[in-house]
Amino acid sequence: MDAIAFWLPVVWAVLIATAVVMYVILDGFDLGIGILFPFARNGTDRDTMIGSIAPFWDGNETWLVLGGGGLWVAFPAAYAAIMPANYLPVIIMLLALIFRGVSFEFRAVSKPRHGAWTVAFSVGSIVAAFAQGVILGNLIHSVGGAASRSDTLVSQWTVPLSAEIDRLNDLVVLPEWLSLFGILCGLGLVAGYALLGATWLMARTGGGLAEKSRRQARFLLVVVLIFIAAVSLWTPLEHEKIEERWFSIPNIYFLWLLPAITVIVALSAWRAIRSKAEVKPFVASILLFLLCYIGLGISVFPLIAPPDLTIWDAAAVPESQIFTLIGVLIMLPIILAYTAFVYWTFLREGKVVAGAGYH
Amino acid sequence: MEQLTQLDAVMLARIQFAFTVAFHIIFPSFTIGLSAWIATLLVLWRRTGAEHYRDLARFWTKIFAVSFGMGVVSGIVMSYEFGTNWSHFSLVVGNVVGPLIGYEVLTAFFLEATFLGILLFGWNRVPPGLHVTAAILVAVGTLFSAFWILSANSWMQYPAGHRVVDGIAYPDDWLAITFSPTFHFRFAHMVLAAYITTAFVVIATGARYLLAGVHRPHAMTMLHMGLGLAAVLVPLQIIAGDESGRDVLHYQPAKLAAIEGKWDAGTDGPVPLVLFALPDEEQERNLYEYSVPYLGSLIVTRSWDGGFAGLKAFAPDDRPPVLLPFFAFRVMVGIGVIMFILVFWGAIVWARGNIERSRFYLRLASLSWPLGFLAVLCGWVVAEVGRQPWVATGILRTRDAASPISAQDVATSLILFVIVYAIVFSAGLIYMNRLIRKGPEEEQPTEGVANRPLMAAAAGPTSEG
Repeated sequence: MDAIAFWLPVVWAVLIATAVVMYVILDGFDLGIGILFPFARNGTDRDTMIGSIAPFWDGNETWLVLGGGGLWVAFPAAYAAIMPANYLPVIIMLLALIFRGVSFEFRAVSKPRHGAWTVAFSVGSIVAAFAQGVILGNLIHSVGGAASRSDTLVSQWTVPLSAEIDRLNDLVVLPEWLSLFGILCGLGLVAGYALLGATWLMARTGGGLAEKSRRQARFLLVVVLIFIAAVSLWTPLEHEKIEERWFSIPNIYFLWLLPAITVIVALSAWRAIRSKAEVKPFVASILLFLLCYIGLGISVFPLIAPPDLTIWDAAAVPESQIFTLIGVLIMLPIILAYTAFVYWTFLREGKVVAGAGYH
Repeated sequence: MEQLTQLDAVMLARIQFAFTVAFHIIFPSFTIGLSAWIATLLVLWRRTGAEHYRDLARFWTKIFAVSFGMGVVSGIVMSYEFGTNWSHFSLVVGNVVGPLIGYEVLTAFFLEATFLGILLFGWNRVPPGLHVTAAILVAVGTLFSAFWILSANSWMQYPAGHRVVDGIAYPDDWLAITFSPTFHFRFAHMVLAAYITTAFVVIATGARYLLAGVHRPHAMTMLHMGLGLAAVLVPLQIIAGDESGRDVLHYQPAKLAAIEGKWDAGTDGPVPLVLFALPDEEQERNLYEYSVPYLGSLIVTRSWDGGFAGLKAFAPDDRPPVLLPFFAFRVMVGIGVIMFILVFWGAIVWARGNIERSRFYLRLASLSWPLGFLAVLCGWVVAEVGRQPWVATGILRTRDAASPISAQDVATSLILFVIVYAIVFSAGLIYMNRLIRKGPEEEQPTEGVANRPLMAAAAGPTSEG
């Protein structure tokens, strides 16, 4: 393999990973608002909550199109394998995003009879987040799958635990596209987005809403950490290739750093939320997401699609990757610049206040 | 049995794609023109200071917001459907079509989506110059989007600049791919269609207000600008459509034969123009045909006795279905004729200065808003059904393009799409109608009333600095 054939897919994998992480963080906090909707105190708070994300959600969601489109452009074979394999979760996610997306305008324009769109906004957000988690779970599941069980530092403990998981999987009857692991990831992502949403509200609103969000964030942080722990343990237990990646020598000498940093970030998130800091909890929550994401990358790289397609197997021809890469290199800085500019335009006005500003 | 199920799955996937893309195209057709209309109004307001331009811009921005939201979410569906339902298509032409879509995301989607925030929420909150700029950027973004999607689609109609190795398409020449032979006039045809569609919505709204005796200055501006634009664009569109038809003659002769309802294989002229018929694919002939001699030759070949191939010149397996392109084309052209009449009638009435008293004309004009949408839908039916049996002409047949998924899964998702789109579409229509009924607000909303119609449009002049 010459250098171009080696590096182009790597560059593209990094780019797509960046698009996905941009999506997860940006649409994460605005999906989080929808997830928190049922727990809002009243309609005024809901208006403020939705108002805090209304100018941004559309741009945020475009990263999802870039992630999906980028996957097609750069790795057509992976796109062609992943999408049909996740048929129903993807369709359900899209339908949920439709309900949620139109609710921004429909809810405002149908006032005062906007109850149905309040529900649609919330349910759409929750279902979309859950479906994304399920897709993630399926992806890990399908590429991390069974390899010949190798001996790692910890296999004497993991073998019996893996057997437990297998038994659990046998016990529960689920449709083909859903697994216990997928459900775990789905719930984890719902909680994670809600945490991003709550900490966003801590930064962007004031008064009772901010205080309520702070209490929610504290609770959600604990829930999210439990999910992170559960997924982090379950992943290597059920997926032998991933167990080998993490627990074989010498990998483990370096990789223990990741959970260690996660613990530190989690503690600082906790302290930031406790101390009623405004922006720090949001930043810490984003860091938690990034750490999980790096962990995911370590688990699966360089595999991209089931059963064992690597980024090099699935890559489009270099001509196609280069042609689009030129566009990315020119446009991405511009996109990032004007996205930042639009955020700055609205954020510098200060906090979103009930009944004013956005309404 | 297995074969049959697979075939059903392909058919269901086709129905699903047709349904979701038809639903989707309605919104871009509207928002391409609407964003340009809003940008124009804002520029006029900035230059003249006349407040009614601003009221109108504000008013149409509310409708734009509803429409754009529906366009965005139904568009996201499209970008994933290539993978979920048409994975083999994604694989076979992904090297070529993928990057075109990639460029659409990079140059258009982000631009539209990001500056939409400023357009909707920036009233009184950002400097006016920036607000106008945002409106223009959104309009430009919608044009870029149309450019790339027409580029990708035109390549599928008549591929160029590529090579096929082992059934997979590879790019050779990006310029030739981006500007494939049928692209130029198809792009012009679509953009003109979008502007005309919006013009007729604007005309119809103005007529509606005049009939009801409300919002008179706004209504007059809408009629004036709408009719003026349509008077220029409708004739241009007839030329663009005709030129696009010439491309079909050269590059997609089977599609042309289906459109014209011409069966006999020979290329001898003269060919009559079939005004009406019921094409019968089994008997390979037209029933109840009513045609005008020589006119077919004249329109298609621009000569009195030119000829072109009929459907029998193509193997049955290489022919598109006839009925849909045949009728959709006639509806599209018929609408074009109606638009032409409406516009010039309107221009005459306007020139004589008695448009407000021409209630019959106003009533007709007020009903004309769906015309553009119908024509766009029919045009795309001609283009896409006429392309069959290929998904990318000469490279991949539609029946070979689908994903390996069960008919049951496709049926389930199809039903879900129909239900969801029915709800969303009717709600959107009701709300847009409600906004139109309410009409432009002449005063600038203040904090007290700002919580009303649409959060976007009602973003009040608060919290400045």
